[in-house]
Amino acid sequence: MLEADGLCVALGARPVLDRVSLRLAPGRWTAIVGPNGAGKSTLLSALAGLRPAAAGSLRLDGRPLGAWTPRERAMRIAWLDQHGEAEGDLAAREVVALGRLPHLGLLGAPGPADRAIVDAAMRETECEAFAGRRLDALSGGERQRVLIARVLAVEAGVLLLDEPTTHLDAPHQRALLRSLRARAARGAAVATVLHDLGLALAADRLLVLAGGRVAADGPPADSAVREALVQAFDGAIRILHVPDGPAAAGAADGRWIVMTED
Amino acid sequence: MTPGRLAAWLLLAALVFAAAGLAAGGDGWSLDWFEDWPLLAGIRAPRTLGALLAGACLGLSGAIAQGLFRNPLADPYLLGSAAGAALGVTLVVAAGGLAGASPLLADADVLARVGLVAAAFCGALAGVGATLALSGGTARPTVLLLSGVVVGVIAAAVSDLLTLLAPEALRGRQAFMLGTTSFLGWTGVALLAASLAACLPVAVRTARALDALVLGEAAAASLGLDLPRLRLLLVATMALATGAAVAQVGLVGFVGLAAPHLVRRAVVVTHGRLLALSALAGGVLLAAADVAARSVIAPRELPVGLLTAVLGGAYLLVLLRRRGAS
Repeated sequence: MLEADGLCVALGARPVLDRVSLRLAPGRWTAIVGPNGAGKSTLLSALAGLRPAAAGSLRLDGRPLGAWTPRERAMRIAWLDQHGEAEGDLAAREVVALGRLPHLGLLGAPGPADRAIVDAAMRETECEAFAGRRLDALSGGERQRVLIARVLAVEAGVLLLDEPTTHLDAPHQRALLRSLRARAARGAAVATVLHDLGLALAADRLLVLAGGRVAADGPPADSAVREALVQAFDGAIRILHVPDGPAAAGAADGRWIVMTED
Repeated sequence: MTPGRLAAWLLLAALVFAAAGLAAGGDGWSLDWFEDWPLLAGIRAPRTLGALLAGACLGLSGAIAQGLFRNPLADPYLLGSAAGAALGVTLVVAAGGLAGASPLLADADVLARVGLVAAAFCGALAGVGATLALSGGTARPTVLLLSGVVVGVIAAAVSDLLTLLAPEALRGRQAFMLGTTSFLGWTGVALLAASLAACLPVAVRTARALDALVLGEAAAASLGLDLPRLRLLLVATMALATGAAVAQVGLVGFVGLAAPHLVRRAVVVTHGRLLALSALAGGVLLAAADVAARSVIAPRELPVGLLTAVLGGAYLLVLLRRRGAS
């Protein structure tokens, strides 16, 4: 459980987040959405403990985030950055194995259990086929899958992923969301920043961020949340509901699709 | 190629060049090691062994620098160690010149030589220290690199000023800048061995942090690493290894740059292995260059640094063209 209360974050002199409060509860997948510059990535990195808060508090499992040692925090919160500035000659498998670093420490050698976790994470994002290739020799999508597997290999209770679907083709985007759902079902608190609103509307909860403030926080089925989302984009989008089949009755059983207004 | 096989090849190459180093003399190759024993034990053996060890120090430092700055063109001399060492040497030579003595490298007696080695070593560490002080620590790698450039420029300017004041210092400084293994004795070998023995284990044990840095600064921090402290440790290790090598053989260029590249081209490894293999490759490179420098225009000698600069420069050019092409 990761909670923010009245969180304010500034980049230099510029305030980016203004009194943001939220709760990332176990078993739930939250999608953080909003227009460019709304503060989504800043929020995610602040939640990961990577940015100092100017005001407000962050609590992980009831304890202030700053009270955990960096390594304890790293075992519990896994973070994927937006730009994926990862580059180098490391083999894909070794990159994924870095996910075990918080558990092993700098000097620890991975045991059979760690190797099994790394293998499982690579299977989950389908990157075993290029496990031995250098990171620099992979395509954008392949690299992204390796980086996601790295995050999954931490086996953290809180998963914070900034634009995890970048470079992924549609089947791999869907597969990723399935794995995040499965992780949430096993008790993880999952938060993703997503630009694809259609994907975001499949989340359990939507956190709409606009101008550094929380405009809405609730399930996508809640019409007020959807309305806030449309407002956050100045009415430039329209959200439609598509039922799954003839038997589908309530909104929760169907899919939301997002259209842009011309 | 597997890392084990590469290590075996490098060890074999080290043995071959070590043997060649023992055999290469001013009047051609001599394999009669029994007859040449005094020459072997007194001059060729420490020189050959010293070249291997200094090359290993430079290869290790280069691999650390490239991992630390996430830049395959980073060089161990970046952080002011080279300019600092050159300044240290110039200071001592110029002071000697101004005082009436003439501790030129070529005809320096043992005491003067020890003084120069110490000056180079202290200068290298002072250069890195000044860079760290200027950049306010290692938190911002770009600022650190720029600070290294600034320290390099200022130290070179001060060295130039000193040579203007005491022109006799020019020759001593030049011999140092060209890089040479001809002053290596057993003391130097012992110092190099001790530095490598201190630096290599520390670097290899910290190498996982360099692996994590592949993900970027923030992602590495998200893995719970204390990056500022680890970076400082790695910079200190790099400074010690570079300082030790520079103090003994002068400014030998490109070994630190090329050794990690050669290893990375051959194998895909984590930084732990990359550092160890780069040290080995650096040793082989300098030992090979040393043999070549001694035999190309025998009975005269080329400064080994000149040779590594020419060969390394050509290699760098090829590398840049390939990178540009891909």
